[in-house]
Amino acid sequence: MLTVDNTKAWLERFADKIETNKAYLSELDSVIGDGDHGNNMARGVKAMKEKLSEEDYAQPEEVLKDASMALLSKIGGASGPLYGSALLAMSKQAGQDSADLHAIIKAGLEGITKRGKAEVGEKTMVDVWSPVVEHLAEGTVTIEDVQDSVEATKELKASKGRASYLGERSLGELDPGAVSSGFLFEAMIEGEIIDE
Amino acid sequence: MSDIGIILSSHVFELAEGVYQLLQETAPNVSITYAGGTDDGEIGSSFEQITAAIKENEADHCFAFYDLGSAKMTMEMAVEMTDKTVEVMDVAFIEGAYTAASLLSGGTDYDDVVEQLKPLTVK
Repeated sequence: MLTVDNTKAWLERFADKIETNKAYLSELDSVIGDGDHGNNMARGVKAMKEKLSEEDYAQPEEVLKDASMALLSKIGGASGPLYGSALLAMSKQAGQDSADLHAIIKAGLEGITKRGKAEVGEKTMVDVWSPVVEHLAEGTVTIEDVQDSVEATKELKASKGRASYLGERSLGELDPGAVSSGFLFEAMIEGEIIDE
Repeated sequence: MSDIGIILSSHVFELAEGVYQLLQETAPNVSITYAGGTDDGEIGSSFEQITAAIKENEADHCFAFYDLGSAKMTMEMAVEMTDKTVEVMDVAFIEGAYTAASLLSGGTDYDDVVEQLKPLTVK
């Protein structure tokens, strides 16, 4: 069940993970992308944290909406509209039913696929979001499940986005968007938002 | 003035500005607005700049052209949040925008512009 407090705490925890791992994310991205994922994400989550600390919220969907707009406006790379679309769709779904976390994350995944047109297996953030949705459908998701999904992107060949130009050479590398999405879900699990 | 405007979105400010200059020469009677780079002037796309380009365009119906995928995705989000009709065209950035500007400037109607852009589809 999402509340204003646990949603804010979740997103703040996510922001801290991004800031701590900024250099790592950019390093991963410099192997198969344009090397800016860490800086872009850090810029986005900083704006998000500032926005969330300024406002008083009555409903969790308002928190998600503001987070969406901050990430969309400040990330600057492809992750901006992707995370922006995800959180906006989650906000809409939370407005319908803030108790159903599975439906909320599923709406986020649909927001991403609608925007980026990526499918499962293309070495993108979808390869983390999709298994998380499946685990939640069955009840719960663990940190280990999330990390396994992130790790599994190594075995995939990129066919969407900048990394797709590398083809076979993208094999063996982690997808940076999958790694940052992994942080989002680790923060969610650590925030004890999932009702068991 | 043409009823249909043109919006340009590039990852690089100078690229957007350069295409704008190119188009303006062929189509002085078409409202053309543009956005390029991030808010910090770096390479990327800015939701706020794209939103401003949509708003500042004198036309309520526009064709939008972009250079690469994330400029398209950011443009799509901005389009979903405006009351204007903005059609994001999956055509070669410079050739597509130039063709549309020239045709609109010459008074070609909407359907014919769309038809003539089709062979330039690349994405």
